[in-house]
Amino acid sequence: MFKLAKQTYSTTSALVIRDLKVAFDKFVAVNGISFSVEPGDLRFLIGPNGAGKTTVIDAITGLVPSQGSASIGDTELLGKKVHQVTRLGVGRTFQTASIFEKLTVQQNLDIACGIHRSAFSLFRKRKFVDPRVQEALSVIGLGALSNVKAGTLAHGQKQWLEIGMLLVQDAHVLLLDEPVAGMSQDEREETGRLLQRIGKDRIVLVVEHDMDFMRSFANSATVMVRGSILTEGSVIEVQSDPRVQEVYLGPKSSEVK
Amino acid sequence: MSEISIAKTAVKGMSDGWNTLGILALGAVLYFGAPLLFNTYNLNLTAKFVCFAVAGVGIMLVWGKGGMLALGQGFYFGLGGYAMAMHMKLNDASMNGGNGVPDFMSLYGDGTVPGWWEPFRSTPFTLATIIIFPALVAAGLGFAVFKNRIKGPYFAILSQALAAAFVILLIGQQTTTGGTNGINGFRYFFGQMLGSPESTESLFHISVVLLVITMFVAYLILRSRFGEMLIAVRDSEERIRFLGSDPANFKVFAYVIAAIMAAVGGALFSPVAGIISPADVGIIPSLALLAGVAVGGRVSLFGAVIGSIAFSFAQSLLSNAFPSFWTYFQGAIFILVFGFFPGGIASGFKKLRAAFVRKGDVQIG
Amino acid sequence: MDVIIGQIFAGLSVGSVLLLAALGLALTFGQMGIINMAHGEFLMIGAYTVFVIQMVIPDAGIALAVAIPASFLVAGTFGLLLEELLLRRLYVRPLDTLLVTFGVSLILQQLARDIFGAPAVEVRAPDWLLGSIDFFGTTFPMSRLFIIGVSLSVVALLSAVLAFTPLGRRIRAVVLNRDLAEVSGISSRSVDRLTFFIGSGVAGIAGVALTLIGSTGPTLGNSYIVDAFLIVVAGGVGKIAGSVIAAFTLGILQATVEYQTSPSIGKIVVFVVIIVFLQIRPQGIFSFKTRSLA
Repeated sequence: MFKLAKQTYSTTSALVIRDLKVAFDKFVAVNGISFSVEPGDLRFLIGPNGAGKTTVIDAITGLVPSQGSASIGDTELLGKKVHQVTRLGVGRTFQTASIFEKLTVQQNLDIACGIHRSAFSLFRKRKFVDPRVQEALSVIGLGALSNVKAGTLAHGQKQWLEIGMLLVQDAHVLLLDEPVAGMSQDEREETGRLLQRIGKDRIVLVVEHDMDFMRSFANSATVMVRGSILTEGSVIEVQSDPRVQEVYLGPKSSEVK
Repeated sequence: MSEISIAKTAVKGMSDGWNTLGILALGAVLYFGAPLLFNTYNLNLTAKFVCFAVAGVGIMLVWGKGGMLALGQGFYFGLGGYAMAMHMKLNDASMNGGNGVPDFMSLYGDGTVPGWWEPFRSTPFTLATIIIFPALVAAGLGFAVFKNRIKGPYFAILSQALAAAFVILLIGQQTTTGGTNGINGFRYFFGQMLGSPESTESLFHISVVLLVITMFVAYLILRSRFGEMLIAVRDSEERIRFLGSDPANFKVFAYVIAAIMAAVGGALFSPVAGIISPADVGIIPSLALLAGVAVGGRVSLFGAVIGSIAFSFAQSLLSNAFPSFWTYFQGAIFILVFGFFPGGIASGFKKLRAAFVRKGDVQIG
Repeated sequence: MDVIIGQIFAGLSVGSVLLLAALGLALTFGQMGIINMAHGEFLMIGAYTVFVIQMVIPDAGIALAVAIPASFLVAGTFGLLLEELLLRRLYVRPLDTLLVTFGVSLILQQLARDIFGAPAVEVRAPDWLLGSIDFFGTTFPMSRLFIIGVSLSVVALLSAVLAFTPLGRRIRAVVLNRDLAEVSGISSRSVDRLTFFIGSGVAGIAGVALTLIGSTGPTLGNSYIVDAFLIVVAGGVGKIAGSVIAAFTLGILQATVEYQTSPSIGKIVVFVVIIVFLQIRPQGIFSFKTRSLA
């Protein structure tokens, strides 16, 4: 409810993960991994089920306790509470779009805009539309549907709305968890283009299963298996790595949920 | 910036105008209608129910919209009630050349007024305490519970324990709180002598005005962005964190407001009922406050108020005539409403209205 | 020295009462996440069972011996009925369930009033429990010693059942991870039923013990329910040991403060201590993640 914490890192800094470890009792979900993502490098985090990909996002956003470091510039993200991490410009989406179904598209975006407002503005009735909301509406392509209840949107549109809420929050780091799961081919195309648009000056990390989607839109990829990083590099490098092929049982497999 | 009116907020789908009209209409019906319909005794009874309804507005806010089951609102009700009682007793004792010592203190104690009672001789102090002290306790308990993400049922238990502990304290300190008998025998309320039909009517009027004010305060809160956030916190607390806000802050604030409203209701209850005792403060009265709100519809401002008053009426009528039956009936109501119709009667109306709402209108809550 | 012993004993005595009242609740809450506000009435049912049995068996000692298993069964059956008829229909709404059970509590209390009358009824204690033992210069009433004994026996028995019997293993599995237990072939429904039966039954036994130290009336439950809840909150939901530690620690604390000041201050101090403790350890003394406070 206080003003958005100044994003005290430069927007050219990379997201740097160092020795990130997440353990639940005796089960080690993420085994001390390190990697970094530069702004503009649309990075996909891929790997089979249970590799720990979502757990990495959970750790960065403060949802689960972890060891090691996740930082942007000088700002350390680990050890902070979820809402504090969010205020540092880190946004995430969930596998099932977590939007407010009973509110309209515009209201959803407006609520997300609340991060910029002071505590006292909370007590006034909403009167006008923040320009960020308008802009996000056009970026995600839902301008015509702004007064529609979010619950009635198509699945793909809900995902875009969720991403839109992150844009409105001025999120500089976007961590997207399987954004195209369950989408039609057309929706995937749209989403891919959306990601490329917003990924140009932001740090975007996409957790995905879908190899085709990755092939089409990723700039680079990090491959995780059983809590550790197998390899990383450009899409072509990763794809032609025999170990990755082994993990996915063949070059043309797209994971089915 | 274009003036796009983003649709109505947390109070049903109706506009400001209708809601304001509604609150005023309710107030007017009570203010003018009740004295015409009821004799002095029943008018006094109604005034008591209005006091409960004031507390009920706060319960609607914290429980209906905020999702927090506050089982111990009787505690705050009692804080307000006892504070006002202390003020009245001290004033009574000083009037007409009295020695300034409340009668029951001479009876149970050594005839001296304890130090911590003294400030209550002052009206401003008493009024300030009625608002500030419950707010502080609620903030304290609220932060202790919500910042630690302690779950709902535990908060319910702790708030109930608060009311229970308060009762024990009251009973144990007879010389300063009147013990089980409480504090009664008030003669004056802000200069007006109590006990006459005129004073009953004017107290009734005051209570209705207070109810209307409380309803407006609640309405203003609900229609603001805070109201939306509160509902969002109720329905998806985790999600709020990812919007950069700490849900605890919203919960604490709602709980504090509810505490203040309960205290205000309690403060008026003392002169209206003529007595405040542990029986008005503990677990059972706390639940009674909830029951009325729940029956009417805890998510609805009007439902909460009307339900609260109606439930109090029913209780008053039936529990005297058929005490055994009333308890079974009350138990059954609890089971039915909380078990199977948690929205109360108001949710029935909501469904009716939803059938007539135009496409494109938005409802929240 | 004997003052300290006296206080510790008083504390153990208070603690054992709290423990008996809370044990069944810890079990049912840990099992199903349901806060049963009618739990106090199961205590009451156990107490009235002794009364009824004493009408048939005049010898107080034998009546007591019979009452213990009898009250377990009677209270347990009530619990089973409650679970079967109401609670299992109210799936994941713990707050509403809390209030529903309060409605049940009202009804049970009124039933007691209508059947047995509103005033307290007389439950006789056997002669051998009426006296007291002198030890280290302090007097220990037999009835209190008996209650401490009963509470420890019940804890021991319950722990043994949970640790060593197949039923106990199933209960622990469901408390730990309901879904996983289901997938392993455990019918969580029948485990729920049994746990509620046992938890309510334990409350019944507690009620029997309570007839020795207080009056038996329709409002007996009200005197203990809040304390029982607080013990469950402080002890955490996971191991019985949590409730045991909480009960005796808080009992000793309350007795000590009471001795210095007054019963009311004692209770308030306990309440404040619990709140402060929850700041440090919101999940209680022992809890499994799935059912913790926080």
